[in-house]
Amino acid sequence: MPIEIPVDKWPGTVRAVTLGATAAQGGTRSRTVTVGGEKSMPFLKFETPMPNPPVVAIEIRDRRPEDWSQLLLKTWESVADDPAAWAKAAEAAGADLIVLALSTTGRDGQPTTPEAAVASVKAVLQATGLPLIVFGPGQAELDNTLLVAVAEATKGERLVLGICEDKNYRTIVATAMANEHLVSARTPMDVNLAKQLNILISDMGFPLDRVLMDPTTGALGYGIEYGFSAMERLRLAALQGDSMTQLPMIVTPGFEAWKAKESKVGEGVPSSWGDWLERAINWETVTAITLLESGADILVLRHPESVKRLKTAIAELQ
Amino acid sequence: MPLTGIQIYKLLPQTNCKECGYPTCLAFAMKLAAKQVELSACPYVSEASKTQLAESAAPPIRLISLKSDGYEVKVGNEVVLFRHEKTFYNKPGVFVKIRDDQTPEQIKAIAVPADAYKVNYVGIDLTLDGFAVESVKGDPDSFKNAVTAVRQVSKRPLVLVSKNPAVMAAGLGTLSGERPLIFAADPSNWEAMVELTKQHKANLAVAPGSGGGTKLEVLADLTEKIKAKGVEDLVLAYEAQSMGEALALTTQIRRFALRKNFRALGFPVIEFPSSITSIAQSISKYAGFVVLDHFTPDLAYPVLVLRQNIYTDPQKPIQVQPGIYEINNPKPEDPLLVTTNFSITYFSVANEVEGSGLPAWLMVCDAEGMSVLTGWAAGKFDSERIAKSVREFKAAEKLSRKRMVIPGHVAVLSGELEAELPDWEVRVGPREAVDLPAFMKQALK
Repeated sequence: MPIEIPVDKWPGTVRAVTLGATAAQGGTRSRTVTVGGEKSMPFLKFETPMPNPPVVAIEIRDRRPEDWSQLLLKTWESVADDPAAWAKAAEAAGADLIVLALSTTGRDGQPTTPEAAVASVKAVLQATGLPLIVFGPGQAELDNTLLVAVAEATKGERLVLGICEDKNYRTIVATAMANEHLVSARTPMDVNLAKQLNILISDMGFPLDRVLMDPTTGALGYGIEYGFSAMERLRLAALQGDSMTQLPMIVTPGFEAWKAKESKVGEGVPSSWGDWLERAINWETVTAITLLESGADILVLRHPESVKRLKTAIAELQ
Repeated sequence: MPLTGIQIYKLLPQTNCKECGYPTCLAFAMKLAAKQVELSACPYVSEASKTQLAESAAPPIRLISLKSDGYEVKVGNEVVLFRHEKTFYNKPGVFVKIRDDQTPEQIKAIAVPADAYKVNYVGIDLTLDGFAVESVKGDPDSFKNAVTAVRQVSKRPLVLVSKNPAVMAAGLGTLSGERPLIFAADPSNWEAMVELTKQHKANLAVAPGSGGGTKLEVLADLTEKIKAKGVEDLVLAYEAQSMGEALALTTQIRRFALRKNFRALGFPVIEFPSSITSIAQSISKYAGFVVLDHFTPDLAYPVLVLRQNIYTDPQKPIQVQPGIYEINNPKPEDPLLVTTNFSITYFSVANEVEGSGLPAWLMVCDAEGMSVLTGWAAGKFDSERIAKSVREFKAAEKLSRKRMVIPGHVAVLSGELEAELPDWEVRVGPREAVDLPAFMKQALK
């Protein structure tokens, strides 16, 4: 019998956001990456094609992250002390974008200086032509000091600066505005908090087509269902026409999954957890794919095998 | 067309007897209209009304049950497209594939550990649901032997996979007193498969095969024909070629069922995902049965946890009872560790401390079921609440050395806490539970 497929026609569209700037656009990137633009829930191509496929970023550090799982350190062993080499290796592993996360302290144990942060960022920019996202160490004051210096030293590159939270968004947004960068706005797994921060950023006169939102998600087994539903609700609100939620979403399944015991630890765990490496990669992959299905536009991962799997899945879903 | 609550009410006894569990017939009618209860809850409804209501009262996605000796897997009866709209009710059955070109020894080497597989997650034992035995060789004897080999080592429910009725009959012949799922009827074999289904009181999966028309059109035609023959316990298969096709079809089927109350597609679906990414998609996007093509613990564990997470009722965060828990027989001089009553948080912390072998008192504060960071952001886990818990649970009476450790994520509370509890030493612990044992060994000596 002929049947008519039920199709949703939404009034709203997610904003398209472009990361990075080429030489012609005032930066030095060899290419840019555009995310967002959706008019439907993820990958429902029988409604509308996904205008810009979600992309995969690999997270690198400005110095060897000793607190990372041994599995990750082993994987990146030869490059973990050199952010430029690490960025190249990440590009070779299939990354569409690089995330450089700055550390709280340098190798000497002293707090990271703005000069050191700028040097790391510049080294990475020289090593790769991919667009770059720079995250501060996650302490409001230090983030402000480091990110302002980075923003000024890289004017026009259209970097993404993060993390903007309700505590420190003003400084980061102001410097992003002055230096032609983007920001990533993070809120803890709540639709209204996410919306509120976007309103605050927009009220500063910052154009929303330079904002990504990071709803934070939790890992598989550690509250991912909250992130999953918060993201579905955010995306539905965007499609229904709420302009303050019409932003592409960036999520960090690599960070979330690799802090879980299942990924981090290989000894003294139940035998029902199985092989450590395979379990750890599955943990990261399942966390990431679940967020992809609920509306993620940028997935920040840590292990190259997860990157490969996610890229294959995105290609199959397109 | 589905009836409205008022239309249904007119067909009910209107006595407000309350035996259905609702205060009035109208309230019950409204629940029926929302497909949240079964008509059978009303003991007094007339036969005439029953027939009229059957269509409206049936859930839009039929409940399908696979049974075997001591086990039952129930799927279907879902009412929403997004879990935040209400909840997902019946977790998909996760089955492991067995092939009949494997020797009985090879089969047992898979089925024995998969049958026994059990992993503890937040205090719940998660297990796999059963096996899907596939005819690869195409002959009845091989299939019969494979089914027998599985049945010798596992009592869990089965899916039998063959499109050849003679092969299927051989497999079914080895089973008695159970309700397996037959996979599958398609436009070329459906009449024979329907007969087998009736004979063995089984459930029947329906596949589009290479029929003309779109997959959903073929499926809808076929389920109508099969229902006309008296078999209603059906499952839909669509044999998708990619994750994209599977997502489109699973979404469309659920929309047909829920939004259009389209009975021809009002059944759970079965998927055979081959990669970890497509398995994860099946779990979060509506599959009723998920058949894994192999079993290893490192695959089963994340898959079962994802299923548990996605099917958690979003309106009821899983909580543990606030109070002080003793871990590894603590003495009065041992430290008091502070956390929230969100169950995932509690179990992460408790498991670490237990595993460390170090004694401690674990104080679980009532943060309304939120995790440390979320609770703190929402004002449900602050110095006031922690101080209140210390008094309420009489922590001072249990401890000789008044030493507490707060999670690293709420380090900012330490100043206020020292003001609230002047005779306590407040220490800031690690952010993540996994780092607790090292912290306890080094910093708490």
